[in-house]
Order: sequence, then C-alpha cells, then structure tokens
Amino acid sequence: MAGHSHFSPANVEEHFEFSAEGKKRIIYAFIAGLAALALGIYLLSKGEAGGHEVANAGHDAVKAGHEAAGEHLSGGAVSHQAGAEEHYDWTNRIWANVWLNAVFFTGIAVVGMFFVSLQYLTKSGWSAVMKRVPEAFPKFLYISLPILILVFFFKGDVIFHWMHHGVTEVGSENYDKIIAGKSGYLNKNFFLIRLVGFGALWIILWNMLRKKSLEEDLVGGSDLFTQMVKIGTAFIVIFGASSSIFAWDWVMSIDTHWFSTMFGWYMFASWHVTTYAVIVLAILYLKDKGLMGYVNENHLHDLGKFMFAFSIFWSYVWFEQFLLIYYANLPEETIYFLERWEGHNKIYKTSEILMVILNFLLPFLVLMTRDAKRTRIFLKIAAFLIIAGHYIDFYQMIMPGVLGKHGGYGLVEFGMVTVFASAFIYVISGELTKASLVAKNHPFLPEALHHDI
Amino acid sequence: MSSTTNYILGVYDDEDEVLHAVTAIKAQGIKIEDVFTPFPIHGLDVAVGHARTRLPIAAFMFGTLGMICALALISYTMVFDWPMIIGGKDFFALPNWIPVTFEGTVLFTAFGLVTTFCASNNLYPGNKVEPLDLRITDDKFVMAINVDKNKVSAADIKKALKDSGAIEVNTK
Repeated sequence: MAGHSHFSPANVEEHFEFSAEGKKRIIYAFIAGLAALALGIYLLSKGEAGGHEVANAGHDAVKAGHEAAGEHLSGGAVSHQAGAEEHYDWTNRIWANVWLNAVFFTGIAVVGMFFVSLQYLTKSGWSAVMKRVPEAFPKFLYISLPILILVFFFKGDVIFHWMHHGVTEVGSENYDKIIAGKSGYLNKNFFLIRLVGFGALWIILWNMLRKKSLEEDLVGGSDLFTQMVKIGTAFIVIFGASSSIFAWDWVMSIDTHWFSTMFGWYMFASWHVTTYAVIVLAILYLKDKGLMGYVNENHLHDLGKFMFAFSIFWSYVWFEQFLLIYYANLPEETIYFLERWEGHNKIYKTSEILMVILNFLLPFLVLMTRDAKRTRIFLKIAAFLIIAGHYIDFYQMIMPGVLGKHGGYGLVEFGMVTVFASAFIYVISGELTKASLVAKNHPFLPEALHHDI
Repeated sequence: MSSTTNYILGVYDDEDEVLHAVTAIKAQGIKIEDVFTPFPIHGLDVAVGHARTRLPIAAFMFGTLGMICALALISYTMVFDWPMIIGGKDFFALPNWIPVTFEGTVLFTAFGLVTTFCASNNLYPGNKVEPLDLRITDDKFVMAINVDKNKVSAADIKKALKDSGAIEVNTK
C-alpha cells in the first residue's frame, strides 16, 4: 500500500549467490542432457531414432495420396520437398535441433535486452525493482550467436534449401528459378554479414547498457539514466529491423519458396512472450530463495498481464497469418500449412494442435483472473505452459522444412533442449551474481517500491 | 440519497490524511459507508474494506454470451438457413468465422459492461444525483458514516472524525 513500505534504500543491495550445489545440479542436468543426446544420436545412426517414427507403418496409402495432392497443389514449378528428400542424411536431425535451440534461446536472450530497453525508452517506473533479471539474459548471446554462425557456416546446406548446391546456377540439374530470383538477398555472404553485423550490434549495445547500469550502482544520479535511455532507444530501432530480418533469415528462409509478410511479427511475438515467462520463472525462483522480497504481487501482476496479453497477441498474429492464407487459398502459400497439418505422414499435426492449446487456450484461461496473476503457483504453471508451447511453436516453424518426414520427438530433441536450457540457466545465473539484484540507484526505484495496482 | 438516512460526514482536505483516518476510524470499530474523493487514491478501497467488484465476472459472461450469439447467428445464416459456399470452403468454415466471433464477443462485453456499470450505480437518463457534499467534485475528501448501521453513538463518531483530522463534521 502507498506509504506503508518498510523498505529502506540503505539496506537495498542484495546479491544472488550461485552456490556450488546449484552449479552441481545444473551441471548434472547438462550431463544428463548430453547422455540422452548421445544415446539419441546412437539410435539415430542405427536408424531407430528413439521410437518416434510410429506413424510410418500402415500409412503408406495415406502418404501416397497426400504426396499426390501436394504435387498437384504445388504445381510444376514448385517441387517443394524434392531438395530435402535428395540430400537427407541421418545427421541432419542433429543439426536441425542445434539450429532450433540456438534460435529459441537467442530469442530469449535478446528479448531480455529488448525488455530493459523498452523500460528505459518509456521511462517506466514499476520495472526498476526487477530489471536486473532480464538485463542478465543477453549474456547467453556469447554462446548462442557463435553456434548460429558455426552451424550456418558448416552445415547451412542442411538447414536451408537455398544453400543446396546448384540451385541458383542456370543449367544445373538443381536449378530453381524461384530461389535464383531471391539470391540477391539469400546468399551466403550477405546472410553472414547480417548475422554477424546485427549480432555484434546487439552485444555491443548490451555491454554499453550493462556497464552503465553497474556504474549507476556506484555513483547514482540521473546522468547515467539519461544515457541508458539513449542506448535503449538505439537498441529498439536496431532490434525493430533486425528481429524481422532474422525471422526471415533464420526461420522463414528454410521454406525458401514460401513467404509471409507477417513472419517477422509472428516470430518476435513468440520470442517475446517466452521471455516474459522466463523472467517470471527466474523472479519466482529468486523469491523462493528468499531474495527479491521487494518484488511484490503488484509487480508479479504486471508480469502476469504481460504474459496474458502477449499470449493473446501471439495467437492473434499466428491466426491472422493462417487466416489470410486460408482465405486466399493460393497453392504456393497453403503448402506451408498443408505440410504441417497433413503432410509427412501427419507427424506434425499433433504438435500443431498442441501448440495452439498451450500457447493460446491454456494461458488465456489460467491467467484470466486478477487473483491468478497475483498467485505464484498459477504464474508458474502458465510460464511453464508458455515456454513449452513456444518451444513447440519454433519446432513447427523449423522442423517440417528441414527434416520433412524424418522429423519427430525423440531422445535427440529431449537431450538437445536439456543441454541448451541448462547452459542457459548456468550462464544467466553466473551473470546474475555479478550485480546487486536491485538497481539500487535507479531514479525510479522509490516509485517501483510503491507500485500499487 | 434518501432523506431518511442518517449520515455523519467528515470532510478532509488532504488525501494522505483521509487514508490514515480510514484506518484510525475503523480501528475504533466504526463502520464506514463510503469515502468520496475527487480523484482515485491508491489503497483507499482496500483500506475502507470494499468488496471486490464483480464486473470481471459479468465481463466473462457477456463475452461468452456474445461468442455464442455470434456463432449461432453465422452458423444459422451460413449453414442452415441458406447454405453458402464462399471461397470453395465447407459450409461450416470455422476459421472464416473467428473474426465475426471475436467482434461479437467484444461488442457484447462492451455494451453489457457499460449497461451493468451504469445500472449498478443508478446512472440512467433523468436521474438526479445529489452529492453528499458538492466539494467532493472539487478539492475535498468526504468520509460518510451511516449512523443507523453503527452501534457507536453519533457523538462518539463525530469525536472520532474530529480526532482523525477532519476539518469539518456535518450531518445529512
């Protein structure tokens, strides 16, 4: 309540300690993930792949029927899956998973920076108590961006149809007129320039902001705040362009023939709401440890509202993208949803339905009431649902285009996400220890402490 | 307000004072009917102890009703009454109907809530509302205490109001 806080700014500094036991637990998770991954890869090399290809048997008739339909739909010029089928190798599934996780966790990392920048740009007060949590996220870019660069450089032709040999060479048997027409944008050098260039800008701006933020703890005053507003503004401008560009590059260009003008928004919406869920989980974890007592149910309520609102925002964008394509019914556009709905022996259909339930229906119902948004257990449930749902969302964006009928949910998938998630938690926990959990000289801290909604 | 009601009004000229006064008055076992302020004061509704508004429940119900009505309308017209094929889709083309369903939901929720809100606050055309004290629309904060609903005597209530910092104590 206003004016009733027993909080004294003098004793504000509070540090998270990444205990040896905590480290050990995360390292165990990492090793368990690696073991699952290794076992998965072993089974994959034997052609068994952890029992996921259940749909194979007995569906040949359906499959044949579907492929005929697919060819009919895609017309002569668009032999969509031809490339993927020819080049398939069992190791492709490993690289597809590395790519999926790297894209997913890069998103969570960079939206942490986006969130902080947005708070500075809008000069928001309420978030001053918790901004150190998302501020630590971009540290993971140091791991995920190099992974993206390396996978692209060495295994790009596994992921991207447009990198297949000869697709842009006139006279080659793989020549593809549509892809050749896009080669001014989709070529290896320009792709790398965008990836490295924007990636470097993200990291540089984050470092500048982080440095100023830590300096503020020592010196105080409002000069540093003004400077951070400028850095945040610059980042928002750059991120506005780069998030869209990376959505086209990293994900949309997998299905090279297909395009959607809403894709930048769609992928950003997915990244964005996932990051809110991760922020909520991180804060609730710290609160369960007895830290961040000054983050009260009012702040949690706001974060819950963000999760709720952006779940609906994601649903809106996802559904509009679907609806426009469904209405217009153009073969070269519908192929994208056809592939996910009934293509590839229908292996992607379950996750497509599951995704909409997890990302729209359940968060919508769980987070609807005011009390749910102020109660930790409901927030935790909703956050887990959202993270799982959006992981499946990215899976649906990436896998059908890369793996086609060879995709599935098995030990490789499970192991890879465990490895990435534990690495993410390890890196972020390490970064959180480097600063007080509350920005004690933030000019809006008193306002944030008296936040009341 | 009907003339038979017996009110004691404490007039305050500072929002912090009225907020603290609410706690002080309640501590003496006096039941507060309502507090009128020219602008919202954070924490006042909790301090007074008002029950939470049930408007969100009404919103959910109006929304559900709107959703059902929109779906009923469009499925009756497009599937049963005069089946139409649009864009080569099935008669029952649910994705096509989502925008209409959404609009119907929002429309019913909005109109329903405005009507409910006005009705529950006796706001309707022609209703003359007489404020307990005209200055609550300007710069004063007024705490209203219904004497009939309190076991504490009127004299004690007046004294408590004075002690808590009221600049005037009136009856109405």
